[in-house]
Amino acid sequence: MSQGRCRHGAPVLDVVAGNGLINRRALLGSGMTIAGGLAAGTVTGAAAESLADAPWSLAVGEIMPAVQTPSSFEKDVTRALSNPNGEFRTSHARTPHQRLGGTVTPNRLHFSINHGGIPNIDPAEHKLVIHGMVRRPLEFTLESLSRYPLVTRMAFVECAGNSAPMFAKEPLQTTVQMLHGLVSNAEWTGVPLSTLLDEAGIDPTAKWLVAEGADAQFLDRSVPVKKAYDDALIAIYQNGEHLMPGNGYPMRLLLPGYQGNMNVKYLRRIKVIDQPAYSYFETKNYSQILPGGKTWRFHFLMEVKSFITHPSFGQSIKQPGLYAISGLAYSGTGRIAKVMVSADGGKSWGETALQGPIHDKAFTRFVMPWRWDGQPAILQSRAYDDGGNVQPLRAEFVALRGEASRPVTTPLTFPNQHYNSITSWAVDSTGAIKHVYA
Amino acid sequence: MSMRRILAAPVLAFTLVAGAAGAQDSGLGKPLTESDIKQWDIAVLPDGSNLPPGSGTPTQGAKIFAEKCSACHGDAAKGGIAPYYPALIGGQPLTNGIDTVKTIANYYAYPTTIFDYVRRAMPYNMPRSLGDDEVYALTAYLLALNKLIGDGDAMDAKTLPQVKMPNRDNFIMPYPDRL
Repeated sequence: MSQGRCRHGAPVLDVVAGNGLINRRALLGSGMTIAGGLAAGTVTGAAAESLADAPWSLAVGEIMPAVQTPSSFEKDVTRALSNPNGEFRTSHARTPHQRLGGTVTPNRLHFSINHGGIPNIDPAEHKLVIHGMVRRPLEFTLESLSRYPLVTRMAFVECAGNSAPMFAKEPLQTTVQMLHGLVSNAEWTGVPLSTLLDEAGIDPTAKWLVAEGADAQFLDRSVPVKKAYDDALIAIYQNGEHLMPGNGYPMRLLLPGYQGNMNVKYLRRIKVIDQPAYSYFETKNYSQILPGGKTWRFHFLMEVKSFITHPSFGQSIKQPGLYAISGLAYSGTGRIAKVMVSADGGKSWGETALQGPIHDKAFTRFVMPWRWDGQPAILQSRAYDDGGNVQPLRAEFVALRGEASRPVTTPLTFPNQHYNSITSWAVDSTGAIKHVYA
Repeated sequence: MSMRRILAAPVLAFTLVAGAAGAQDSGLGKPLTESDIKQWDIAVLPDGSNLPPGSGTPTQGAKIFAEKCSACHGDAAKGGIAPYYPALIGGQPLTNGIDTVKTIANYYAYPTTIFDYVRRAMPYNMPRSLGDDEVYALTAYLLALNKLIGDGDAMDAKTLPQVKMPNRDNFIMPYPDRL
């Protein structure tokens, strides 16, 4: 509860939950002054030095490039590669969420998985065919799709195997990137799939589509017609530019909130059919074994989830004082309604501020001021969506979905799929951060 | 009012063009026939629909496997470097754990998936280099290695869909309302 307000009405730094969580409205508005409360454990910096002009201010800068790249000081902000030498197998590139802010994943850092390499597709030669249970098969090109009135939306895309290392019985000591880097978020622009299906004259009794890519594996997945008419897009732009090659250039299927593998890249064919195809990927990789040995098929939905990116494993807190706890939340069923954060391992929770606008099936960033007193703390986040779905606590999740029976020695493996429980970061008294289960 | 007259002409022209192609039609899709798409139409369904003509036996498949598949999948499909080049024979019971390695014998619901995936994606470094008879033979070889058919059983468009996979009836759907 707020005990007072500063002159312009912003709340003072009231503690709202255990271990120093502060009212989410603090520090977000104009006119806020850091009042009271902060005195304990404030910065103990060195004595002030007199300011001098820096060398980059004393000479003309560099020539402007045609295509911008990040500062040379950011060169270690990269995707983590599972297979940097390109052996004949699936390759993953994970997004460095612990080095990013906001909600839009820059295209060069969007996660990517390719099962048969990245095809180098000439957009003038690429074709998309819609056929099967339709009145009239049709062929489209990037040029013809570009002539439609395009629609734009935000959407996360998440691999069903994202966060899979967290099925391990013991928490792996690794970064947000290695645990949760197989999800990214972008603004996608394209043509609603329903528009194209209507033009082809879909048979009203058809229940499924097979969507197929032009990659070396002709990767294909079965998609319910219901989803196609809900919110599927044929996406041709990603954050304002044509798709990245690793994300499906020149066109991909976008199924907001459904497992990444179904968002077929390099899309070349949609066949309307009356039964699912049981393609390799829906048969094997993206189907889960449950405790007791039953198996799940057609899970599809990426459920409500969140994780703290700042602070997180690999970062350290230098001294007691004020920090912002910040992270990402998203749900495959709708909008994020609320994200709660705990600094005491789940004993008490405080409601975070959500950075708007809050989009359907897209990243929402949450933020919460936190005053670290130098004592051990366990940071957690828990997301709630507007459909009433709540991110499960780890004990709840493990009871339903189980844990790996064998030791997990690397975050590059996938003991199971569709992990959406809570991530916990333990801060010790030196400010070092570990991954724990709590 | 002159403004309205200027706008009326292109609207009328559009209506006529769209009317020729169908009421809801942009005219941007190029009509095709199913015969134009035949070479692309490769997805095989569990009921066997879309399986091509041809056939192959486990014996024929063994020879092709040794030449074109064993470099990654090991001799007699016993596996290469786990987990990237998996064994294609055997498999533990799924009751062993949620991380049990999924195999043809312990997991696949339908035998058509083997044919479909080998034809579309294998060998990894030379996709679509196998003929349909070779794909039938390799499918037969993998099914026979896993004791799901006899060593002398030929696989073709009639026999393949009839092979019952052990895990077929073990699947449940978490969200049936979404289909």
